[in-house]
Amino acid sequence: MRFNTAPAPHLAPTASTRRIMQWVLLAMAPGVAAQLWQFGPGVLINLALAIAIALLAESAMLRLRARHSRAGLSDWSAVLTAALLAVSLPPIAPWWITVFGTLFAVVIGKQLYGGLGYNPFNPAMVGYAVLLISFPKAMTAWLPPTDLAATQLNLLEAWNAIVHRAGPDGSSFDALAMATPLDTLKTQLGLGRTMDEIQSGALFGALAGKGWQWVNLGYLAGGLWLLRRGLIAWQIPAGFLAALGALSLGFFLLEPETYPTPLFHLLGGATMLGAFFIATDPVTASTTPKGRLIYGALIGSLVFVIRSWGGYPDGVAFAVLLLNLAAPTIDHYTRPRVYGHPGCT
Amino acid sequence: MFTLHRFHGGLHLDAHKEDSSLAPLATAPVPPRLIFPLQQRGGQNAQSVVQVGDHVRKGQVIARGDGPMNPPIHASSSGIVSAIEPRPLPHPSGLTDLAIVIDTDGEDLAPAPEERPDYGQLAPEELRRVIFEAGIVGLGGAAFSTAVKTDPGHRPIDTLILNGAECEPYITCDDSLLRNFPREVLEGARILMRVLGVERCLLGVEDDMPEAIRALRETREAGDYSNIDIVTVPALYPSGGEKQLIRILTGREVPTRGIPADAGVICQNVGTAAAVYRAVGRGEPLIERIVTVTGKGIKNPGNWLTRIGTPIADLVRYSGGYSGVAERLILGGPMMGISLPSDALPLVKAANCVLVTGRGETTGPKQALPCIRCGACAEACPINLLPQQLYWYSRADNLQRAEEYQLADCIECGCCDYVCPSHIPLVQYFRAAKSELVAKQRERTKADHARERFEARQARKEREKQERAEAAQRKKTALAKPDTSEIQDAIARAKARKRPPESAPTTDAAPDESPPAQEPAEN
Ligand code: SF4
Ligand code: SF4
Repeated sequence: MRFNTAPAPHLAPTASTRRIMQWVLLAMAPGVAAQLWQFGPGVLINLALAIAIALLAESAMLRLRARHSRAGLSDWSAVLTAALLAVSLPPIAPWWITVFGTLFAVVIGKQLYGGLGYNPFNPAMVGYAVLLISFPKAMTAWLPPTDLAATQLNLLEAWNAIVHRAGPDGSSFDALAMATPLDTLKTQLGLGRTMDEIQSGALFGALAGKGWQWVNLGYLAGGLWLLRRGLIAWQIPAGFLAALGALSLGFFLLEPETYPTPLFHLLGGATMLGAFFIATDPVTASTTPKGRLIYGALIGSLVFVIRSWGGYPDGVAFAVLLLNLAAPTIDHYTRPRVYGHPGCT
Repeated sequence: MFTLHRFHGGLHLDAHKEDSSLAPLATAPVPPRLIFPLQQRGGQNAQSVVQVGDHVRKGQVIARGDGPMNPPIHASSSGIVSAIEPRPLPHPSGLTDLAIVIDTDGEDLAPAPEERPDYGQLAPEELRRVIFEAGIVGLGGAAFSTAVKTDPGHRPIDTLILNGAECEPYITCDDSLLRNFPREVLEGARILMRVLGVERCLLGVEDDMPEAIRALRETREAGDYSNIDIVTVPALYPSGGEKQLIRILTGREVPTRGIPADAGVICQNVGTAAAVYRAVGRGEPLIERIVTVTGKGIKNPGNWLTRIGTPIADLVRYSGGYSGVAERLILGGPMMGISLPSDALPLVKAANCVLVTGRGETTGPKQALPCIRCGACAEACPINLLPQQLYWYSRADNLQRAEEYQLADCIECGCCDYVCPSHIPLVQYFRAAKSELVAKQRERTKADHARERFEARQARKEREKQERAEAAQRKKTALAKPDTSEIQDAIARAKARKRPPESAPTTDAAPDESPPAQEPAEN
């Protein structure tokens, strides 16, 4: 009998890139749910809009680059990029912000570098950083968390706010928006308030910023699930959270009047989203075990530095982008010891 | 308590062992025709010592090699040599090479067995000679000459390791051997220890072979085998890889580009040990071995005591034939085995498993996606390499960087390839890059030799020129010396004659061009 030949290994593979992307998307669910609960249905509109634009942009680019667009789209990486960007945007960010950011992320951040696997920077964070630099005002206008909001937006009202820039009952769009706790903290500290005074404000909850603490716990839950399934390396979130926790604890102990608690840092802003979903983007992160720990720790430290002394309220995007740049170097100096080669075990 | 050492990476694979291990070991009938390729191991050919038309007996030497690396081949049953002709080799390329074909007569005639009850008294060299004459090679798959491997030269050896950690899925021939012939294996271990002059033997068995472990333990208790330790190792692919097993059992590592002997150990497959016992204790050459026939593509999977030279098709026939879904024919296991184009090929000494996979059991044509640098490959690599970097450099043809990242240390175990979510055929890239590196290295050596030769010639010419000049100068001075007594002159001449010439005449002999001896690289 004749047979077709094939090279070893012969076992059918069990993992696929598409599966991984889908699982990561699924793991975002608790965080997104918390966002939905705390900040209204705008996040859903952002998600839908960003995903649609990302798929369009990806397939157009693949066609332009004469790649098989089916195969390229089927890996779900564009969807994931869009989702990561969408959940980072204010819940009623004007529609063109989402469109512009997504286009920038997919076209420039990813495809112009050669597509999946070749982009040196995290595409979602490229899109986010560009938006933050270009439209700082729109990007920091968040909705108040549910229990502080005067009116709850339903899906239609959120749609109106996003597309027509109109609040419910003809109120102005700007009247809806509010600064985030991280932002507030920064302005108030600038005004010479003490930590105690600031934290007794309405925006601050038991653990961290109101609303934000739940969102962070949601992403933490999803992240832990990813870890359990072995879909992300533990070193990056561990390094990230350990460094951020340690630095914030140190400064908090030294000067509790000017520095918020470590809990505020860990459960505030984009910390958990960043630690488990953004910094862990394999394409742009460090790949060696030791390198990942260093990479994560440096991002965590940078986040603390930017939040405490930088010009932007949150630092996750910039920290990640900066470390993307350093990842190849980190990898180079953290190569593991190969079997049979001298060195410590 | 025996401490085990972990190696990096590795995979927990579905074992699929019950398929074949549930059936009792059976003896395969003598096939109508036996085929013996003369090329036994990577490019080394034996020469036929029989002719077409000769009648051969079971166990008779039919081919001999040209050195210790190349042990003889024996007829595995009696019959008539019907052809010595090019035949396809069990190799994925479908290459052909000379093979001896024997039409069996069904008599299975053998010379009277040569009992050697006193083999315990034989000297190591004598034992090694018997092992060589019996045609024994490593039965774990690499088929390296056992006589050579048991001769570590000046390297001090303190431990013999017997490899019974059958780590590839589906394969159960060692399991079957250990269950049915535990005494042969332990006796073989004793003989090998004597050959090597070591006091310690560690026999590693994977923990998913409880019956084999029980049989070994019972035999060990019943006999005088106290310096053989039977060690259970966790079932983790590739713990049966030589380098991995050495690390698990001793915590030592084989240095890069070295051999196990550099770590003070010699590693032999359990099947090899049994063959050594049969050769030394019973005078039987290596003419049969246990082969697993399994996979969804086989009707009745099982293990067969099979004569070397049996065509795969016959063995499949004894196993009930192919089931309807047969898709791929693999010699060896699913991780490292080679896929064959045809079942008309014979089983050689190293053949441990005939795996016929059915639909869905193996990879289809893989559509590779770009590497997402997820690092799953690096986590799985038992050598602790960074396959994603190796892939990157191999693809970019940056072989120097690939070399820097220790491409040469890759054992081609396939772990990285199997776990890659982007379905990149990593091992294929590594194999290609490695052979390119080897070719480059060969070029370099050749160029080096040419340069050395050139430089030597230049130096010689230079020296000769200088000598001529000196001679001319001497002559001149001699001539210029006006007032020398003839006697003194004669004495000086005689002295000069007695003295050896200043420099021996150089010949243009090429420096030794033979490449450095290849070290065995077994798995
Ligand atoms: S497993 Fe595949 S996709 Fe992941 S890093 Fe390795 S080669 Fe790249
Ligand atoms: S095939 Fe080579 S690189 Fe891949 S896991 Fe095995 S040893 Fe490592």
